[in-house]
Amino acid sequence: MADDTGRFGVGAVHLGIPSRRQFFQLGAGAAAGWSLAGNAFAQSERPTNPPDKPRGQVVAALSQEPTVFHPLMPGIEVDQGVWWQVFSLLWFIDPAGNFVPDLAREVPTIENGGLSADGLTWKIKLRSDVKWHDGTPFTAEDVKFSLELINNPDFRARSRVGHSLVKDIKVVAPDEIHWRMEAPYSPYMSILGSLTFIVPKHILGKVSDPNASPFHNAPVGTGPFRWGERVPGDHILLNAHAGYHGKGPYVERVVFKYIPDLTVLYTQFRTGQVDYTGLQGILPNFVQEAKTLKGRKVVVSSTSSVEHIAPNLEFGPFADRAVREALYLAINKQAIIDALYYGLPTQTESFVPQQAWSFQQGLPQHKYDPAKANALLDAAGWVRGTSGVREKGGVKLEFANSTTSGSAVREQTQQLLIQDWRAIGAAMRVNNMPAAVIWGDFWQQSKFNSVIVGVNFMLGSDPDVTPRFGSGAIPAKGGRGYNTYQYQSAEADRLLADGAKQFEIAQRKTTYGDLQKLIRNDLAILPLFQGFIAEGVKEGLQGFRPNINTSINCWNIREWYWA
Amino acid sequence: MARYVVNRLVQAIMLLVIVSAIGFAILHLAPGGPLSQFAASAQMTQEDLDRVTRQLGLDRPLPVQYLDWFGRMVRGDWGRSYRDGEAVLSVISSHLGATLELMATATIIAVLLGCWIGVLGALRRYSLFDTLATVGAMIALSIPTFWFGLVTIYVFSVKLGWLPAGNRQTVGDGSFLDLLHHLIAPALVLALVETAMWGRFMRSSMLEVINQDYIRTARAKGMPEWRILSVHALRNALLPMITVAGLQFPTLLGGALVAETVFTWPGMGRLFLDSIGYRDYPVVMGILMFSATMVLIGSLLADILYAVVDPRIRVG
Repeated sequence: MADDTGRFGVGAVHLGIPSRRQFFQLGAGAAAGWSLAGNAFAQSERPTNPPDKPRGQVVAALSQEPTVFHPLMPGIEVDQGVWWQVFSLLWFIDPAGNFVPDLAREVPTIENGGLSADGLTWKIKLRSDVKWHDGTPFTAEDVKFSLELINNPDFRARSRVGHSLVKDIKVVAPDEIHWRMEAPYSPYMSILGSLTFIVPKHILGKVSDPNASPFHNAPVGTGPFRWGERVPGDHILLNAHAGYHGKGPYVERVVFKYIPDLTVLYTQFRTGQVDYTGLQGILPNFVQEAKTLKGRKVVVSSTSSVEHIAPNLEFGPFADRAVREALYLAINKQAIIDALYYGLPTQTESFVPQQAWSFQQGLPQHKYDPAKANALLDAAGWVRGTSGVREKGGVKLEFANSTTSGSAVREQTQQLLIQDWRAIGAAMRVNNMPAAVIWGDFWQQSKFNSVIVGVNFMLGSDPDVTPRFGSGAIPAKGGRGYNTYQYQSAEADRLLADGAKQFEIAQRKTTYGDLQKLIRNDLAILPLFQGFIAEGVKEGLQGFRPNINTSINCWNIREWYWA
Repeated sequence: MARYVVNRLVQAIMLLVIVSAIGFAILHLAPGGPLSQFAASAQMTQEDLDRVTRQLGLDRPLPVQYLDWFGRMVRGDWGRSYRDGEAVLSVISSHLGATLELMATATIIAVLLGCWIGVLGALRRYSLFDTLATVGAMIALSIPTFWFGLVTIYVFSVKLGWLPAGNRQTVGDGSFLDLLHHLIAPALVLALVETAMWGRFMRSSMLEVINQDYIRTARAKGMPEWRILSVHALRNALLPMITVAGLQFPTLLGGALVAETVFTWPGMGRLFLDSIGYRDYPVVMGILMFSATMVLIGSLLADILYAVVDPRIRVG
């Protein structure tokens, strides 16, 4: 796959496979184990003869409207679809998991002198042939400005995780920048390579309010496409950037079409009004039909999201591990996958995607075994009451399960769970809410009993899950993070602390492997399956490559062209 | 008359203040908030969310937030959208054209077709046409707009390929014919319910008029039937329709919301729905105030017009 991104130079080729020792060599290929179901498709669809000049346009349909165009502010996946076209990163993570240099000339490693042995000093060499869309040359000052902007207290930055450790930024030359880290933090390589897009100092350095300026609605970047127009509620049009520093783009225009209803989105793909169905793709119930459409292709690929049942571990019955195990055993996972998701996703036991280098093989496999579940509860002292619901010490084995209302397949999943769990004397009731409600305080402050949710636990391609499972990351207890499960484990904390400062891949693999075993053993979450997305691509459109390391598969429209 | 208008204006302004206070309270007291959409992000932590909440001023007491918003609103500053940072008035105006285009077209279709069906139904009471019109109106009023929209797309776009399956225009085209081509299906779907309502109202109104003594007298005098209908009956039958027209705005806006979603029409209805979903408080409040103002203006104009044509109203 390395040569597929060869336009970024030799770095892409050489960084394909991580070497043995240093993490930051791994950094260059941190997720070297990534591979995709969709890659087979991608290989056969790779550009063979892209046009000499950009030709034609691509209409990409999205079910949510991109509205945030400043790439360092809080945004959602659809916004990233635009960021990837307009802006550039220092390096990005390709589908195979390699860090590929973009604005940087090479990915810093200890071997090439880009990183000190203790991981505290970073020296980045930058390309000198890059220009902003308005013709201004890109320099190290832009990188310095971007990192400082993130840490500016007045700026509404998305996140400062990792960035807050960056100190003493020095522009050594227009094409070289150095900085020091307050503490070693290995996931920072991935953070820089996933969503830390570089913004222009010559424009944003002059605005009085960093949170509101004309740039926010007409961004200027160094990416393959220039801002064209936005018709709110309808579409965003981007034009090819002729002076792009990489290969491509091969189409003249990209139109992001906003179609909120997934049935309507699919219909427009069917009638040929859109060329590609991006987030949230094609509904599972349409996938089989979509595969039979003439002139259309359907690509089903894995995502980093793990669909799971999130128990609130501080809630009565769920505090008992035996209950969690019994509930897990009583779930007929395969029935859910086959009947409701048309067999498209695959079961998983970990919070790490199965394609990741850090994925731990050989975790205990889930088995649907209601008899064992019943026996487990009997042994743990959960006795069936007259109503058939078990109880222990005055605590009944009954609880609510919540998910986003209107999410039809998850609502059907809940119906199957009710039946599965009733068989072992557990009473579940449904308490669904709109997205804006459930993912607010209800979720963040752990006010739920249990929730069905899909979460991408990875930081780019890094398995550091401190914000999700660290004891200090429980918001309901004043922590900084997203440990809404309220999972607390001294052993997990130790492993997380170790992993974040380890440099050797083998060491990290062991550490995060142990963490996965621990989480699986504790059943901090009840994993159902690894997320997937079914996307439609019009025949003749070349270059589509699903990338599990990005949140949106239209990350590389610069490589797309019409055959 | 002037006193009547001033009274109605004062009432309308008081109503707007009440609507704003209730709307603001309901919106902000509803669980969730504008930042909940970022909860699934692997990069944002609770600390980040708290920081952004403070930066947006959402951590202040609700009455303070309301008074701040209200004070700025009366000075013409309706705030900025939390989603894209645009000024609320600019966000609304960017969607208004599409909705007005859709609503105006649907209204023209509905008024012309509805009045014709209503008049003919009244004149041929209990005929086959009247029966079919009555049954048709009942069906039209019962059909969910969403379903009808999807069926329209399935038949005319998917199966026949005559009409586009949605959108307001082809990107890069924007010719009048292209706009018209895209407008047909959503306008017809939106007009369906409106036509039925206008037809039913017109039929009742016409029936009432043609049974009046002065119509009988006109016939007895030997006045031609077309003249009786057009000059005497139709003019008087249209009088109550002024009120209907004035009060149709909310119904039309509700229908537009659904039609805009099905046909991916970039209008106010969909903006409202999206903004509620994102808890984009400034935009939701902006649309609420704008719609309330439009409804009140519509109602006010209807009342004034009615008072102009029927002086008894002013006295009453």
